[in-house]
This record gives sequence, C-alpha cells and structure tokens, in this order.
Amino acid sequence: MKLAHKDLLRLATVGSVDDGKSTLIGRLLVDTRQLFDDQLDAVVAASEKRGVGDLDLSFVTDGLRAEREQGITIDVAYRYASTPSRKFIIADCPGHVQYTRNMATGASTADLALVVLNVAHGLKEQSRRHLCIAALLGVRSIVVAVNKMDEVNWSESAYQGVVDELDTLANELGFESVISIPVSALLGDNVVDPSPNTPWFDGPTVLHALESSEAGSWSGAHGGARLPIQWVLRQPGGGRTYAGMLNGASLQVGDSVTLLPANIETTITAISSGSGARDVASTGLSIDVALDAETDAGRGDLIATAPLPKVTKEFAATICWFGEAPLRVGQRLRLKHTSKVTPVRVHALSGVVDIATLAIDANTMLQTNEIGLATLQSADALVLDDYRDNRVSGSFVLIDEVTNATVAAGMVGRAAFL
Amino acid sequence: MTTETLQTLHMTDHLDLLESHAIFILREVVAECERPVLLFSGGKDSAVLLHLAAKAFAPQQLPFPVMHIDTGQNFPEVLDYRDRAVEATGARLVVAKVQDSIDQGKVIDPGPMGSRNRLQTVTLLDAITENGFDAAFGGARRDEDKARAKERILSFRDAFGQWDPRQQRPELWQLYQGKVNPGEHLRAFPLSDWTELDIWQYIEREQMDLPTIYFAHERDVLLRDNMWLAVGPFVEARSGEKIERLSVRFRTVGDANCTGAVLSEARTLSQIIDEVSVANVSERGATRADDRFSETAMEDRKREGYF
Repeated sequence: MKLAHKDLLRLATVGSVDDGKSTLIGRLLVDTRQLFDDQLDAVVAASEKRGVGDLDLSFVTDGLRAEREQGITIDVAYRYASTPSRKFIIADCPGHVQYTRNMATGASTADLALVVLNVAHGLKEQSRRHLCIAALLGVRSIVVAVNKMDEVNWSESAYQGVVDELDTLANELGFESVISIPVSALLGDNVVDPSPNTPWFDGPTVLHALESSEAGSWSGAHGGARLPIQWVLRQPGGGRTYAGMLNGASLQVGDSVTLLPANIETTITAISSGSGARDVASTGLSIDVALDAETDAGRGDLIATAPLPKVTKEFAATICWFGEAPLRVGQRLRLKHTSKVTPVRVHALSGVVDIATLAIDANTMLQTNEIGLATLQSADALVLDDYRDNRVSGSFVLIDEVTNATVAAGMVGRAAFL
Repeated sequence: MTTETLQTLHMTDHLDLLESHAIFILREVVAECERPVLLFSGGKDSAVLLHLAAKAFAPQQLPFPVMHIDTGQNFPEVLDYRDRAVEATGARLVVAKVQDSIDQGKVIDPGPMGSRNRLQTVTLLDAITENGFDAAFGGARRDEDKARAKERILSFRDAFGQWDPRQQRPELWQLYQGKVNPGEHLRAFPLSDWTELDIWQYIEREQMDLPTIYFAHERDVLLRDNMWLAVGPFVEARSGEKIERLSVRFRTVGDANCTGAVLSEARTLSQIIDEVSVANVSERGATRADDRFSETAMEDRKREGYF
C-alpha cells in the first residue's frame, strides 16, 4: 500500500493550568481513534485506580507518575496523529508558571498554537504570558478553544466575552490567523464533532480548524539561504564538503554564496543529501556542499546567499529567562547560536515586559520566567539575522557556564508588539 | 531549468525531513561531545539509526563505536544481523555482557528462564563509565511509550545515570546543547519524532537489511499472559501450556523470553506496512512483557538509567 503524501502540522497547546489543555488533546486523540486499544485500556485502568472516573482524558498525555498523582502536566508530551488529510506532531505543554521553560520548549518548534481558555475565567495572567511567548517565538496562527462551556450552560454571551478579550490581545500580539471555538473537552462538543448545544455558533470544530490551517506557515523563507556548518567531511582525493541543515531560501549548484564571518565570496559546486547528489536543496534538508574556493571553513561558520545576515559582536535581543537566580547586567554566560558557541556578557538590560499591559518597564535584572530586552556582547563574531526574518539564524540559547543548564531562550531583535 | 521545476523534481516528503532531522542531531552530538557511542540492539529502530549514522558521516567512517548490551538471551537471528550490519559500516563493535555483571556479583542471576531485562541497566551504566562515553545514541521513539513521549531529544543523565523527568533541560528550536560535566552523560534520540509506520516506510524506501524474525515465518510458540512466546532455550512450556506451530513475526526485538510474537502472514516489507497501518494494538503493548509490570514501568526503568 502506498500512502499518499500528507503535509505535517506541528502544534503546541498553550494556556493556564487547569483550563483543560491535556483533556482537550486526550479528547482529540480518542475521538479521532489515534489510540491503540491497549493504550486506551491503560488510561481507563489508571483513571479507575486514581478514582477520577471512567476515563480521565488528561492521562492520555500526562504519562508521568507525578503528573497523574498531582493531576497536572509537568513537562511537554509529544504525540503523533494522522488524519486522512494531514499528519500532526502535538506538543502538549504544561500550564504552571514554574514550568514555563517547558512550554517554551514545546512552542519553539510549533507552526500553530492551540490555545485553551476556561470560559469562566477568561484570560488569566498565565494565559497572557503563554500567548506572549508563543507570539515572540514566531507562532502566527492560533486556534482558541474556549473550554468548559458545559459549566456555563452553553452561554453565548459568556463565550463572546472571552473571545472579545482574546481578540484584543491577539490583535496586539499580531497573530495573523485567529479561530475561536466554544468547546467542552470533557464531553467532546465541537472538538471532533459539531455540538448540538451551540446552535448559535457556525464556525469549525477544533479538528477541522487544525486540518485546514496552513502548515509550516512560518519557516522564515523570506530572506536568503542559510547553511550553518556543523561538520566538515573529507572526501576521497583530498577535497572537503561542508555539512549542515539548510534553511531559508533554496540553494542550488552554481549559486554564488558568501562564507561568513570571513566574508569570502565563492560558488556552490556540488550538493548532496541523504539520498545522494542533487542540483538543488530546499529548507529543512541536511546536506553537504562543495565550494569553489579553497577555504578553512569549519564548524560555526555560515554559508549564505543575499540578503546577507550581519556579522557582529554586539546585538540587541529579546530574552525569556529561565534561570533560578535573576539575570543581571555584567553577567557572563555561554551562548549557542546555530553551530557556534561563544562566551557572552550582558552589556545592558533595557526593560522587562509587563505581561498584563505589554508595556516595557525599566529594570536592571530579569527574574525567572520574565521576558526582557537586552544587549549582549560576544567574544567571537556572530552571524545573525533578525528572528522575524529567520527562525534558525535569529535564535540562540544561553547556557550556565558551571552547570551547563540552558537558562534562556533568545531572539535577535525585538518583536513589533514590544 | 527554473528553480521551481528543479524543486518539483526533488520534492521533499516527510521521510526526507525525518531523515534530515536525525542526521542533523547525529552530527550535532558528535561535534559537541567528546566520546559518543551508538547503542545497537539489532532491532529495527537501531538498524535505522545505524543506517542514518553511516549517511551522516559518509564517505568517512563512523566517528564513534557501536555498543550492544548483550543479555545472553538473544534471538540468534538478531546476533547474526548485528554482526553483519556493524561490519558493513566498518565501525568498532563493543559488546557489554550482562553475564559479566552477574559473574562480578553486581547483579543477581535470575536463572536460565528469568528475565534479565532490568539487569541490563547496570551493565549499560558500567560500560558507559568504563569506556568514558559522554553521549549514547539510542533508537527510542516518543510514540512507543508515555514516558518516552516526555523525553527530550538530548536527555541529560546525572553521575548516577539517572533521568529526572522534573528537571529536564529546556530544548529550544533545534539548538541541541550537549555539554556535560565529567561523570554525567547524555542520551541522544535522533528518532524521537518517528512513528512505527515511519520506520517501516523508511526501511522499505532504503531497501534495508533486517533480522529475519521481523518477517512472517513458521515457529513453535506458546501463549503465556496473552502473548505468543517463541519456544527455545529461554522459554519452555509450563504445565497446561500448549506448543503450537504458527505463522508469526516479531514487531519488536528484545530478549527472547519477554518479547512476544504476533500472528502474521506478512512476509514482505509492503505487507508489513499494510499490517502496521491497521494495527489496533501498540507495538510494545502487543509484544513486551517488560512494560506490563506496572502503570509506570518504563518511567521507573528510565529513571534508573535504562535505554
């Protein structure tokens, strides 16, 4: 049997604790029959054992012992689903503020955020934080499930109140596509099947919205080609090829390219990938390329086509700080950007984002889970794009030099809404 | 020829993207870590992993050895496959034996019929320490189990080899950072986002060699705890159990005494893909006694340092 070509949508759940993210994902997976019989049996058995009814749908993704004991999501669960029209990679993210780093992990690779709000509570601070982080990370499309409609007697006005509040924020954050849906994840209304309880609603179900949303909507393909060199391969006969994963524009044999930061202009003379030699490669492919010029290119260098990224040792960035101790001016950290690792110092902190208002408050330190604007100085030159132009060459992480823990997500430049 | 037509000719499908991502992870870990190793069981997932590793560093040899944790309770077909698959890559094979851990008194021999599944963790962690490995590639997939669904692609292990699911490093974008302090190590899972079906479609596309037990064949089996176990040196009929000769294949490869067969007539890759596409029992649920001990059997073993 040949399976038809399907596109792939990566989505992450977003929203505050106890608003029903895991239950909604459980409902989606159960009602689209993605679970094997033994997996469903195991969820039923676990629900019974913990005295939470016949079927606690959150147990489909909350698979850790501590998660089931406490009834919360601690870390991201990845689930894989496939419908006749599309494949999905679902990152079910935690809602607690203390696990914001894990939510950012799940959202950093998402094309779309599935936002879950409790109709009775509306936009809590943590919902606003998550939406803000999703927008910063470059998610452009959101599907908003206004959940627990059964608890407000399917009230259209209660639904509309939450949608109005959400629309105002979504507009400020600049999402390009916003689809809101009244649901009961617990009972299944408007998740996979349309609900008889919401005759006043004529929009899609959650499944339909996910199936019809644009996939890979934001790969940063507007700029030039970017090939960060990961590894140098020695070829028989003494030549070398440069291996990495391509992103941005396509690259083809004969293209004029610039090797950065050395700023050497050369030409691509050969491209190969896992399936052998090829004339052209597109974004997301791991390739290795041969260059016309003899160079000493190596790991950490970047091959680019115009418009070229900038080469700099000082730059402004937006930082999501996950460290336990505050981030302060003058602090030294290790930075990883593409395949380049270099020491950096915080030169300036120009403000902290007030999650309630999106205003920038002047401050000289960033507390855990705060988002701020900083200027960093690096020991080695970095080859950077603005994050809004390229998700790969515009992103970096900061690493604690002693513990090696990842303590921040960084995006070059500043989002339009900040 | 225009760029558009060229792109159409080389259209990337989801297998290309999964392959590319896995190759990216393999190269990144090798670049960031001092002494990586690839864990190889001879099962289909580790076969795909080895195949991808060879691609990632071609035309050079693998820049790391391949290690098999040998419980001594293997299917002979799998050992044959191990030797020919590793030899084909020219890599160095390290075999760490659970029997050695038993002989050294580090673990207790469960007897010839007892499961050595859990003992492997001790052998694995000792081998990692003795060889000074700071990163171990594994073929685990997130769709296999609810604890694996929670694990990072680069998964940190402390000096005792433990996984702490509450304290995983954030893993943003594809910025995999692999630095560890001496004594600590990483597990790296390049196949995290692959499903069982993806694995089979890729094996078919690449025309890969596999152990013969993955394909339907006649075998003496008996039904125990609702699983078809292959009768052999590690499984004998207990009273009341009936030995039958049936057409079976294996969906996963583990120890001979805790890996169940499934009744199947699928003798070719395309027949296996058809079978997997419509399966209504998960591969571990159908075939692994080691996951049936408790609700969180996999999480508990992973915390101790299991694969």
